[in-house]
Amino acid sequence: MAKKVVAEVKDYDPLKFFDEREVSPLDRVAQFGVIATREAIAHSGLTFDGGLSEQTATIIGCGVGGQSTQDENYRRLYRDNAKRLHPLTIPRLMVNAPASQMSMSCGLRGPAFVVASACASATHAIGLAFQMVRGGQAPVAVTGGAEACIAFGTMKGWEALRVLAPETCRPFSRDRKGLVIGEGAAVMVIESLEHAQKRSANILCEIVGFGMSADAGDLLSPDAGSMGRAIDAALKYGGLEPSAIRYVNAHGTSTAANDATETEALKRAFGAHAKNLAISSNKSMIGHALGAAGALKLVATLMSIREGLVPPTINYLGPDPACDLDCVPNEARAIRVDAALSNTFAFGGLNAVLAVRRFS
Amino acid sequence: MTALIGKKLPPDKRNLQMADWLDEIGIDSLMAVEMIFDLEAKFDIQIPFNANDAKLEFETVGEIVAAIKKITGKS
Repeated sequence: MAKKVVAEVKDYDPLKFFDEREVSPLDRVAQFGVIATREAIAHSGLTFDGGLSEQTATIIGCGVGGQSTQDENYRRLYRDNAKRLHPLTIPRLMVNAPASQMSMSCGLRGPAFVVASACASATHAIGLAFQMVRGGQAPVAVTGGAEACIAFGTMKGWEALRVLAPETCRPFSRDRKGLVIGEGAAVMVIESLEHAQKRSANILCEIVGFGMSADAGDLLSPDAGSMGRAIDAALKYGGLEPSAIRYVNAHGTSTAANDATETEALKRAFGAHAKNLAISSNKSMIGHALGAAGALKLVATLMSIREGLVPPTINYLGPDPACDLDCVPNEARAIRVDAALSNTFAFGGLNAVLAVRRFS
Repeated sequence: MTALIGKKLPPDKRNLQMADWLDEIGIDSLMAVEMIFDLEAKFDIQIPFNANDAKLEFETVGEIVAAIKKITGKS
């Protein structure tokens, strides 16, 4: 394989998080999901007793499921001529496994499923969870995304698509050469305001808007008009004037097409205010975790509201005229952010945007 | 062979006796299919087993050991 740059979770040892018995049914992607879920629930301070377990939704984004299990199977079958596969092959690789394992691991018995829309999976998942909580279907939702597809066969597929960066990810920069595949999971607990206030929860942020669109056009080339419609919809749903947004956590994959098209979409949606926005891409630091990306970046977005510190777009070499917005190059910046967007735009033309606001 | 059968059990329960009943020592259906997988791989054999069968062909550790010996032709 010519290109080998990936953003993997380094020095990960499953046995630091699971015992041998627990880990057997879990592909790496489900392990990441369960670890993040346990952390999120512990941080929330919630206990799921008194009927709350049955009402809590578990809605998780995942692009492709247990790819390392799949890859290992193929290797055993086709290269090693193995006569049999591990009996837990199917439950390990099924794309819903992260939601199932999170629900089992934490005793969450309400609506539970995985949402798959490639790079937008987690944003769609969190958006759905948000709507379920807002609509009264669930007082609490555990939501986010998980992905772990850095397996040889999967990476060969990415290589064939000719979109991988040969050295590193530099979104919105001149001389950007494509994306770097990452992996990981991020999970958050969302609650209705009433439920959170009743238990005096530490409210990190308020999710206010969710917008979606489909390009119904090219399979791979992004569409500024369609991206813009998702942004407009998130703003409208959230009752936010475009001028209220200070920061956009961009999709920013570091492909030539995405970053220029996303810039154009932001200009369409924000008009003259686009020049005042800080926009940055976490993918410059953690790679593109595909189905988990929307969750990882939403956590970064709400933390920038909390901390008054916007993450940078690192590896930036200098301006590309097609990406002429302020992408917070190379260094984090202290800015007060009261409202922000988190963009995700998937291959296949599926777009999802979340709007979050400081809770006061 | 009993080490393979007991692999998924907690360390203090891995000292198996031939008369031990699988359900009593805590081998559930999931452990059973993993155990069969391990035994098949170790001895390069096919163990006839269908999880839908109401009656298990192997209910004790000794019955498994006897079945494997029969398949592999060792006494």
